[in-house]
Amino acid sequence: MPITYGNLTPEDIEALGAELDAIRDRVVAELGEPDLEYIRKLIKAQRGLELGGRALLEFGWLPPLWLAGTAALSVSKILDNMEIGHNVMHGQYDWTQIPELNSQSFEWDTACPGDQWRHSHNYVHHTYTNVHGLDRDIGYGILRISEEQEWNPYYLGNLIWATMLMLAFEWGVAVHDLESDQVLAGNKKLDRRMLKQIWKKGGSQALKDYVLFPLLAGPGAPFTFAGNFTANVVRNIWAFSIIFCGHFPEGVEEFSAEDQAGETRGEWYLRQMLGSANITGGPLFHIMSGNLSFQIEHHLFPDIPARRYASISEDVREICERYGLPYNKGPLHKQLFSVFKKLARLSLPTPGAVTRVPEPPSGGEGGPLDKSTTAGSEASAGPVREREPEPALA
Amino acid sequence: MNARTLNRRLLGSRLVDSLVGPHGIDRYLELIRPTLTVFDARARVVAVEHQTERTVTLTIDPNGAFTGFRAGQFVKVGVEIDGVRRTRTYSPTISEYDVRLLELTITVREGGVVGSYLRSHARPGMTLHLSDAAGSFVMPAERPDRVALVSGGSGVTPVIAMLRTLVSEGYTGQIDFIHYGRRAADWLYKPAVEAIASAHPNVRVRYVATREGGERFSAGTLSRDAQVFVCGPPELIDAVRLEHPDAVAETFTPPTLDVSDEAASGTVRFLRSDVSREIAPGTLLEQAEASGLSPEHGCRMGICHGCTCTKQAGAVKNVLTGEVSAEEYEEIRICISVPVGDVALQL
Repeated sequence: MPITYGNLTPEDIEALGAELDAIRDRVVAELGEPDLEYIRKLIKAQRGLELGGRALLEFGWLPPLWLAGTAALSVSKILDNMEIGHNVMHGQYDWTQIPELNSQSFEWDTACPGDQWRHSHNYVHHTYTNVHGLDRDIGYGILRISEEQEWNPYYLGNLIWATMLMLAFEWGVAVHDLESDQVLAGNKKLDRRMLKQIWKKGGSQALKDYVLFPLLAGPGAPFTFAGNFTANVVRNIWAFSIIFCGHFPEGVEEFSAEDQAGETRGEWYLRQMLGSANITGGPLFHIMSGNLSFQIEHHLFPDIPARRYASISEDVREICERYGLPYNKGPLHKQLFSVFKKLARLSLPTPGAVTRVPEPPSGGEGGPLDKSTTAGSEASAGPVREREPEPALA
Repeated sequence: MNARTLNRRLLGSRLVDSLVGPHGIDRYLELIRPTLTVFDARARVVAVEHQTERTVTLTIDPNGAFTGFRAGQFVKVGVEIDGVRRTRTYSPTISEYDVRLLELTITVREGGVVGSYLRSHARPGMTLHLSDAAGSFVMPAERPDRVALVSGGSGVTPVIAMLRTLVSEGYTGQIDFIHYGRRAADWLYKPAVEAIASAHPNVRVRYVATREGGERFSAGTLSRDAQVFVCGPPELIDAVRLEHPDAVAETFTPPTLDVSDEAASGTVRFLRSDVSREIAPGTLLEQAEASGLSPEHGCRMGICHGCTCTKQAGAVKNVLTGEVSAEEYEEIRICISVPVGDVALQL
């Protein structure tokens, strides 16, 4: 069943798609020197903060220098991962034809290998946004973030697991594409090549932050170590917070594989709008969030330079109003509170829901029944790689 | 080992790489000065001259990452124009033994973006991005006894490098240099070549203006026993090959863009796989798959950029926007691109 909203007819949805395509064409035609200058300025700022932060942390035994160094390195990692890394890897600057801004070869300052991110995020998450069984960002295989996910006692720890994921977010992201929950449930084989890739990328990140730079500090090594560790955790908490506000606040819609199958370009746009939520804030906040605070605009136009989202959002809001569509937005604290409230609520069974045989996400504990149930009820959750998507291209 | 090499060794070491990973040392050095990179070959423009109304000659200072060239070869030159890095191939025109400063002569073609930009905007201090040299239009290491260098129009550039290389290595055999231009005003490198000829009695020079009554290449233009190196338009090469079947030749054909509503025809070449096929209906991704290739891809609808690959030459149409692009060395998404004519992909 194709998706719709309110009283929208299929023709309305295609008209909506055409309006959004027109916005896209207009902005793409405008791209030029200022966009390139912007990302270069940001990269320069990030690299400056990084070098400055690391230099200060070599003298981390002086408390003010430790604080300043840790703060600079935290901001550097946030900029590197969000406004630069995430956006460059989406292909937002591919039009510049500049190799160091090429989406397919860019690497970022985090444990997750760029190639695996490009698959799990750019392809799987952005193509199948909020589709149960297809978008693996729903709960990341370890949390219950939707009523559609069957409850089981493991989810009593929902808030604890979420907090752990928040603190170790870069490592959670690093192993995301392995689909370890599916591997443990016996639905998928462990991909050793991917594991090796993670080991190599994560290892070189750890070597740099936790061995080489501390060693350079000599006796001050523990302070450098602590500063680097703190910067990684600060980045983890920030990235988790921004990303969880993108699709999990109350009011964001979810979809089934049947909704998505064979959808048109207009329906794809509609699903992206209904399945995303924005965070309000000032210009600096938007930069620090990688403009993912404009999650709706990002999901409509994932490969348009993010600095354009603010101005695009005015048109998108106007379109939403005209078509009677929701435009989910709120300040960070409100959206984040909404997410955690949901996580708390879903740690308990959903009242009124039909309880079937529980499916723990980490298999092997539920006995022999477990495997067949998982395979049966989550048939659509099969390996996404093998799926033949039916694009909206005519 | 000089200081420059030592510097490169040090900055390019594994320890430094571990410290500046994952971005790499060049991404930091370039923020100090764009040409300070140790891995990315770049050059700074040091002088700009205009030999004719349709050309610009640049003297450029390549950094240590540039590994040199053989006379006749070309390098890819990248220049940023309104936020986009455009890449074209040009043959350096200096002796292959003298690579401290390179010289490039760029001809402005009709509608050519890069040529006309450089003609009007190139200034000392500008940064150019270089590739390693490539191309098989070179002289054999064991030099022939007698050499003829024939060129038409902007095809003069690689043979100038050959002439200068032969002269600088003290070649004593006969060198016949013939250049064809439409008009005398289009002739390139005449003063430089004549200066060489007056200092070296074994060099004979002829400049011909074909649209001002100059005689075209024919039987008897050159002695039969000369090894000919010819670069120019296809007609000139054909004329030379008729008399000198073993001539070493390189041609250049400016890309033609013929966009009609009729089905496109031509050949799609997948260069890395060494596979070619006649254009069929469908996207380049579909045509690659139909040829037995399995290119990386994801969404198949143009959003994830997972299928991005380099189009080396040819024109493609974006099926979402209808936009046609004939840019060389351009990154394209093959899941939403259809060929408009001959296309060569690095796939």
